[in-house]
Amino acid sequence: MIAALICVISLAAFLQFFVSYCRSILASSRKFELSDRVREVTGIADHDVAADDFNRLLQLVRLCPERGDDRSELRAVGTYYNLLAVVNRVSRPMVPALASWTDQERQSCSYFAAVALDRRISYSRDLFTQQISDRL
Amino acid sequence: MLGRVDYLVWSAGFLLEIYVLVCSVSRRDFVRYLSLNAYMGSAALVALGEYFTIQHYGFQSMNYRYYYYYSESLLTILLFWVIIQLYQQVFAEMEASRYIRQAAALLLAATGCFSYLVIHANKDHLTSRFVVELGQNLYFVGVLLTYLLWGAILKLRETRTRLIQLVLALGVYFSATAGTYALRNLFPGLQPSLLKWVPPLVGVWLPLAWAYTFTKVAEDARLMPARLMVKAR
Repeated sequence: MIAALICVISLAAFLQFFVSYCRSILASSRKFELSDRVREVTGIADHDVAADDFNRLLQLVRLCPERGDDRSELRAVGTYYNLLAVVNRVSRPMVPALASWTDQERQSCSYFAAVALDRRISYSRDLFTQQISDRL
Repeated sequence: MLGRVDYLVWSAGFLLEIYVLVCSVSRRDFVRYLSLNAYMGSAALVALGEYFTIQHYGFQSMNYRYYYYYSESLLTILLFWVIIQLYQQVFAEMEASRYIRQAAALLLAATGCFSYLVIHANKDHLTSRFVVELGQNLYFVGVLLTYLLWGAILKLRETRTRLIQLVLALGVYFSATAGTYALRNLFPGLQPSLLKWVPPLVGVWLPLAWAYTFTKVAEDARLMPARLMVKAR
């Protein structure tokens, strides 16, 4: 009886801690306003970043030179996104409220990837400018 | 017999524990997070001890079993010290350190007594059952203490990102381990196939998450904790 109680409470606490932890990583991107250039490149100029944009944005991120400081974050967020995608698929027919919550979370993940892309593009431009000035 | 995956997980955990220590020393955060660093150092030493115990006595030996469970219980008690220090940081402005220490010591003693009383009723296999029961109860007390701390962070609107992430990572660790111990008590048959993988993986999670926090999150970084709450929409 005690073990069953501990199991249920621990599982509930685990979910809450885990989701809050992932959100604390995503929170760093919320303050960042996407540049017009990234909106144009990604085709999200006139609407918000969609939940399903994550993989497309990640592919674009991989095309840019690495900054070296965002790889682990992208991997962690990618894991969270994939987990949410599974929950979304399973819960859509049975618990629509949960599916809509996972959509919101996935949207935050996509926004995080868009911010990473924005930073990498700025980094590439800086690198390019530096190379040009070195040649001169 | 341990396979490649076991050694890989073990090495990852050990290296990450050392990394957290090195990172903490190089950024001059060693004293600020003294208990956390003491835990990481002890966990690394225990991991080394585990390796030598397995080499000398074998994975299936009783020596290894006792070493594993008792060192695990001691490490959990060290983690309580980490929680106490995190409480002290959250309540620093309220000057409540003395009360926090007393309450934590009382809770720890009560957990030990409770575990002993539960097992006292089943005197056969006292030692091995005691460590599993003690582990489950200690981790569960850890879950409760971390949850209360998380509640205090939300209530007091604590904004230090580093502190928040350290607490949340600890919460994930405690709840996953307590849940695994409880499942093991409920369904012993799941242990050889499924549950045996959870403690090593969760053991890697804690140094991994803390390494991430110390590497990526600046001491002065801030966030709104209310935004991290899961709310029904």
